Amino acid sequence: MSDHHEPPGHRIPEGEEPRWLDRAENVEKLIRALFVVTALTMVADFGYHKHGHYGFEEFPGFHAFYGFGSFVFLVLVAIQLRKVVMRPEEFYGDGEGDGHG
Amino acid sequence: MVEALPPGLILVLGALIIPLLPKGADGRDTLGKTLMLVLPILGFVQVLLLPDGYTLTATAFGLDLEVVRVDRLAKVWGYIFHIAALLSAIYALHVDDRLQHVTAVMYAGSAIGAVFAGDLITLFVYWEGTAITSVFLIWARRTNRAYRVGMRYLVIQVASGVLLLTGTVLWVQGPGEGSVLFEQGAFAFDALGDASPAVLVILGAFGIKAAFPLLHNWMQDAYPESTPTGTVWLSAFTTKLAIYALARGYGGTDILIPIGATMTAFPIFYAVIVNDLRKVLAYSLNNQLGFMIVGVGIGTDMALNGAAAHAFSHILYKGLLFMSMGAVMHRVGHTRASDLGGLWKSMPKTTFFCIIGAMSISAFPLFSGFISKSLILTAAAEEHYTITFLVLLFASAGVLDHSGIKVPFFAFFAHDSGKRVEEAPTNMLVAMAGAAALCVGLGCFPGPLYDILPFQVDFHPYTTTHVVTQLQLLLASTCAFVFLNKVGIYPHEIPSLNVDFDWTYRRGLPLLVGWIRRVGGGAWAGLTGSAVASIRRGIDRLGDHAGPAGRLGEPWPTGATAFWAAVLLAAYLLQQFL
Repeated sequence: MSDHHEPPGHRIPEGEEPRWLDRAENVEKLIRALFVVTALTMVADFGYHKHGHYGFEEFPGFHAFYGFGSFVFLVLVAIQLRKVVMRPEEFYGDGEGDGHG
Repeated sequence: MVEALPPGLILVLGALIIPLLPKGADGRDTLGKTLMLVLPILGFVQVLLLPDGYTLTATAFGLDLEVVRVDRLAKVWGYIFHIAALLSAIYALHVDDRLQHVTAVMYAGSAIGAVFAGDLITLFVYWEGTAITSVFLIWARRTNRAYRVGMRYLVIQVASGVLLLTGTVLWVQGPGEGSVLFEQGAFAFDALGDASPAVLVILGAFGIKAAFPLLHNWMQDAYPESTPTGTVWLSAFTTKLAIYALARGYGGTDILIPIGATMTAFPIFYAVIVNDLRKVLAYSLNNQLGFMIVGVGIGTDMALNGAAAHAFSHILYKGLLFMSMGAVMHRVGHTRASDLGGLWKSMPKTTFFCIIGAMSISAFPLFSGFISKSLILTAAAEEHYTITFLVLLFASAGVLDHSGIKVPFFAFFAHDSGKRVEEAPTNMLVAMAGAAALCVGLGCFPGPLYDILPFQVDFHPYTTTHVVTQLQLLLASTCAFVFLNKVGIYPHEIPSLNVDFDWTYRRGLPLLVGWIRRVGGGAWAGLTGSAVASIRRGIDRLGDHAGPAGRLGEPWPTGATAFWAAVLLAAYLLQQFL
């Protein structure tokens, strides 16, 4: 995968040059920058006195762990939910499906 | 002078002038559109000038009404509703459809009138006004589907009004002791058992418009079905009017805390998997209302301030997000995430404004959501609602997923769909720029917003702890998004719809009625059939005796008649002597 210059699935029209953001290695750079900044905010917890409302908030990086965990939990549950509630677009038989113009 | 006209009526009555104005020789509706812009500005100035404590009273049906009541709580909503009306009007300027313009301005005017209504009867009139005017913004799509969605929307909205009126009648005859005045905290209650029927019925009326859990589907059904400009109008008024009504009547009602917390958490699961990005925003709207309702439920000065501030900033960033998706709808023709992507190349300005809306709703520091949501979270923590606090924190990470990342990412980035379209029309960009400027302005300088809040509260959102912890939450959640995409778990966008509680009344109820008609119909036919048969049998039996062939139907000989007459006379005579 890493030797691809464009992420898969891109349909760039003929004759158009790929842009900076189209290149997979540049997306990787952005992602690395995100990881670094996130890590910095967690390290920052050691550099000031935290005034949390609760004791558990004082744990270094609590909000980062809680946010990451919440997000993963949310998506995993949503995937299960999709198995139960997803229907074809014309399920209700009232014309086109959702989001059509 | 400025008091002569109740707030809101400038827009309601002014909008009625629009159809009377002549169009230009080239068919352009310059006058009508100018008026549409001027009316919210006039209304805004009026609210600015109205003194706190001002009331306008009247008498009707033998009841004392307070047609206008101006106080700090009403004014917060008064200001933001006018700003929303102006931005929405700018956003809709390219549309040549007077029906939409007139009904939209009247809709905004009704909502403004409602927040300044000091009694329940006046509130009811404006309440129904918002329902009847706003449905035209859905019907304006002029498709069969939109017609049916509009009917469903109208039925539910009017039902809310009917409940409000019923509750008002119960209130006047019961705990209200003959008064219809809508006093601060009038309906608040501690436990469900203590609440009077009037209070519960009115809570139902407000709860429908506020999209309480299980009463919420009208919004996800109707909002994405409106026109690109109509949804922007719709997103601002109805639900926030309900939040106002709850803040006015039910501040400190504990049960609103779990209701609100459920609203923050429940719709975000749907928002992850829904394909239509305007529907994602409707679920996201539901989640934001939850934060405000938690604030109302906690009911302290800080919490109510939080609900008001969050309603204020929410109207701006949610409007901005709906505007950006409306622009996509306008240019691409749909907002289905599965068929979008890469639009940043052809709509860079829309992309930029959408990202500002996304960062505001996600509550990044320096954006408006940060300075309003933190009031509610702080109030929850200070009152020791620990579980609620953790649910709100979870929901904050969820907001980042669906509104912060999903909407901009799948529309403008993700996989390049190869679509190349024009940038949004200038008027749309101006409206988005205005909303975006306010989002950032409020985020950087919250002072002016804090100054107009209902209560005096000393609150500083920009503490080191708050900024760092919020950045941790949001950035780590973004890392989770990247991680789930990398390992291929993050759900793909699939052309589909997801059944929600609306299944019960769109499918379940019709199925139940059909079943009752089939099964019950058979039983009914059997029941009525046997009843009719037994009556028939009775008549036949009578016929056997009294019919022409029966014993009683036989002709009597004269002698027998004379004999029986004599017997009767003898019996009568005997009875006289005894």
